[in-house]
Amino acid sequence: MISYRKTVTAWLLLTPMIVIIVGVSGYPLIKTIYYSLTGAKLIAPDVTSIFVGLDNYARALSSSKFLEAIWHTTYFAVISVGAEMVIGVLVALLLNEAFAGRTLLRAMLILPLALPTVVNAMMWRLIYNPDFGALNALLVQIGMLDAYRSWLGDPATALDMVILADVWKNFPLVALIALAALQTVPKDLYEAATLDGAGVWNRFWRITLPAILGPLSVALVLRTIEAFKVFDIVYVMTRGGPASSTKTVSFYVYQEAFAYMRVGSGASYALIVVLISACLIAGYMYLIRKQGEV
Amino acid sequence: MKASLTKKICIYLGALLLATVIAVPVLWLFIMSISSSTHLTTLPLQWWPDEPTFENYRSLLVFAENSPSASFLYGIRNSIIIAFCATGLSIIAAIPAAYSFSRLPGPRRKNLLYAVIAIFMLPPVAIVLPLYTVMSALGLLNTHFALIIVYCSILLPFTTWLLKSNFDTIPGDLDEAPIIDGANRLQAIWYVILPIARPALGAAVMMAVLLAWDEFFYGLLFTNDIRAKTITVAIADLAAGRVADYGLISAAGILAAVPPVVLAFFMQKTLVSGLASGSVKG
Repeated sequence: MISYRKTVTAWLLLTPMIVIIVGVSGYPLIKTIYYSLTGAKLIAPDVTSIFVGLDNYARALSSSKFLEAIWHTTYFAVISVGAEMVIGVLVALLLNEAFAGRTLLRAMLILPLALPTVVNAMMWRLIYNPDFGALNALLVQIGMLDAYRSWLGDPATALDMVILADVWKNFPLVALIALAALQTVPKDLYEAATLDGAGVWNRFWRITLPAILGPLSVALVLRTIEAFKVFDIVYVMTRGGPASSTKTVSFYVYQEAFAYMRVGSGASYALIVVLISACLIAGYMYLIRKQGEV
Repeated sequence: MKASLTKKICIYLGALLLATVIAVPVLWLFIMSISSSTHLTTLPLQWWPDEPTFENYRSLLVFAENSPSASFLYGIRNSIIIAFCATGLSIIAAIPAAYSFSRLPGPRRKNLLYAVIAIFMLPPVAIVLPLYTVMSALGLLNTHFALIIVYCSILLPFTTWLLKSNFDTIPGDLDEAPIIDGANRLQAIWYVILPIARPALGAAVMMAVLLAWDEFFYGLLFTNDIRAKTITVAIADLAAGRVADYGLISAAGILAAVPPVVLAFFMQKTLVSGLASGSVKG
């Protein structure tokens, strides 16, 4: 009887959250699945929709442009998250040492993180500016570059330059997570290892890395999930150009649905993105369950 | 002895490099913001303006119809309204939910918690199309209300999760005692849990406001003029404008960054522990 009342109370307390989540996420997700099976248009989507079965998916998976967008997103995710992990761990190792100014430096890590994504994108767009940008000016003035370049206007460099801007903003997140984990490693472990003759390299691989691997792997998956959603920075810096070289899947869905007004096929693209994300999210769930976080 | 000196030099060089990498881009944004537009388009580029000026800030902060200042100031206003209302709504729903997850667990509710976290991580493109068509059908596009509701899809799962992890650290006896004495759950939450969890509540509110302030995708799609455009959308508009006044754009960026940066520095400890809580076993 008491446990029955407890169950009722439990669900009653959850009700406001469930109502909101179902309304703003659950129902829309199901409706997206429905749209993806139709030829719905953005204007009056329910009136003009015709059921087309899996046609949208078939077209999506055979569209070289869409597959290219998946490739750009994967490239963006792998390179940016990879760089963020390596730089983040190096910075965490640095900040785990005692030196003057360490507290200030750790506080500075907050700056890129707190800077709004759109402001970050805009800042780097100005720095990369082909005619008056600081990067061109700097490289030419110190003699590393002969003439001004259009960093974001050249399909060969555009995506890498966007990645650089993203790494600058997000490496502090990895650094802070890694630092928090490093501070839980007992110091005498290193001393003992040093006495046993273990070098710097050995100590890193045998002690440091295993100790921070758990939190680090969670950070890795978390950043990868975020990287697969990337939209803001691309929108502000390049709008997917030049020659679609920075077009990521989120940007592709945005264009399909809101520029070309094709909600049906846009929804099928979106769900393919969801499927990829779902694999990553499942990985994340596995990791946090293993670490007993939830 | 020699090895430790080399190590020291390496550490300080590394620290210097890190500080430079973080500070220089933002410093340059600031220098651009106090430069005139003619100065910034003079070649070769000079690294400090001849006559530093706050004219760009003045022209953003002094209201004038149909000018960058109008879209900027309305953007700030809209973002403040939307961020705080969405945060408030999310927190109100998250507190009882987090309590329920923490104190009254059950297998189905555990699965629900996983589902909530998964929803938080879904890419927005998964739900944006139906949200758009519904808002459009209800005539809610370009209103604060639409964005407040839609932002809950991000803020509510996040705050629920954050609060749940914190409530888990509060000993169960504390709120069981008044319940045995006849208080109901809401009273136990209000009089026992919330006073103890005040720091966590502060952290949840701050992180939610930061998330909402930073949001761009929904803001871009669901608004179309100064009545509802958020500051991020206003900045993107400004950056994409035909007349590129780099100084003005930079000043807008600096101003839009001030509230979140100040908030984050002010609550540095909570922010760091909040970030870490998603990854380090609490």
